Amino acid sequence: MKKNIFYLSILLFFTFIFTIFYIGLDKPNFYKPKEVKNKNLEEFISTELFSNKQFNSKDIIQSNNFTLINIWSSWCAPCRSEHAILMNLSKKTDLNIVGLNYKDKKNNAIKFLDELGNPFSKNLIDPDGVISISLGAYGVPESFLLNNQSRIIKKYIGPLTSDNISEIIKITQ
Amino acid sequence: MTRPIKYILLILFFILTFQKPSIANNISFEVDKISKNLRCLICQGQSVYDSQSDFALSMKKLIKNKLEDGKSEKQIYLYLKNKYGEWIVYDPEFNKKKFNIMDISIDFIYFWRPINL
Repeated sequence: MKKNIFYLSILLFFTFIFTIFYIGLDKPNFYKPKEVKNKNLEEFISTELFSNKQFNSKDIIQSNNFTLINIWSSWCAPCRSEHAILMNLSKKTDLNIVGLNYKDKKNNAIKFLDELGNPFSKNLIDPDGVISISLGAYGVPESFLLNNQSRIIKKYIGPLTSDNISEIIKITQ
Repeated sequence: MTRPIKYILLILFFILTFQKPSIANNISFEVDKISKNLRCLICQGQSVYDSQSDFALSMKKLIKNKLEDGKSEKQIYLYLKNKYGEWIVYDPEFNKKKFNIMDISIDFIYFWRPINL
């Protein structure tokens, strides 16, 4: 009797472990950060890439109904593939797209925009990457869709897709 | 020079060389300390201190800026938690989820014992 209970408990223990691992197999094993919603974007001051003028982020965001801030860099390969989609968006809508040039050399950034086109209404620079961290970015490229009170409506980690673009157009219109 | 004086000088030399150079590099020490407790955004197996990724370097700079502004260690953790969530720190707060995990394991050991005997 005692032996039976012992074997039964061992069997139960292993079935318990088996079910846990079996359920675990189905779960995706990559980490996706929680979406940050309904938070305000931190104010920052930065210089423009072409004109070298200083801009406050609040002034840029307040003057338009919606603003898309896109963090990009000329050395980042996904940004290159994303660029065509951004160009498409800027042609289709009159959405205010602001670029934030992350840790880039000025010449390379200008060359990149000359080659692939400039979808940005303003292109702010972030030479040491501190602004991107203070915005809560996880990597390049990354995009924030904001309303005129600088509230984050949507945050896209990684390159924008054409699905994202149609979603952005839907929200902004 | 007599022998004891030699020894005392040698000991003094070692004491002085192995002291923390705390006065001059106070801020960089604090940056190291804080960044060791933060998870890197890109390479999640490493701390921000260990990582050489661009975002980790930027984060170290941000921590340095905050320290120079007179922010305390706790305030910096709170600021980053607010941006990136609880996940960014290696030692998350004690909440219900954490309690449940610990509780299950303790219960398991406790109830397993009498059956085995």
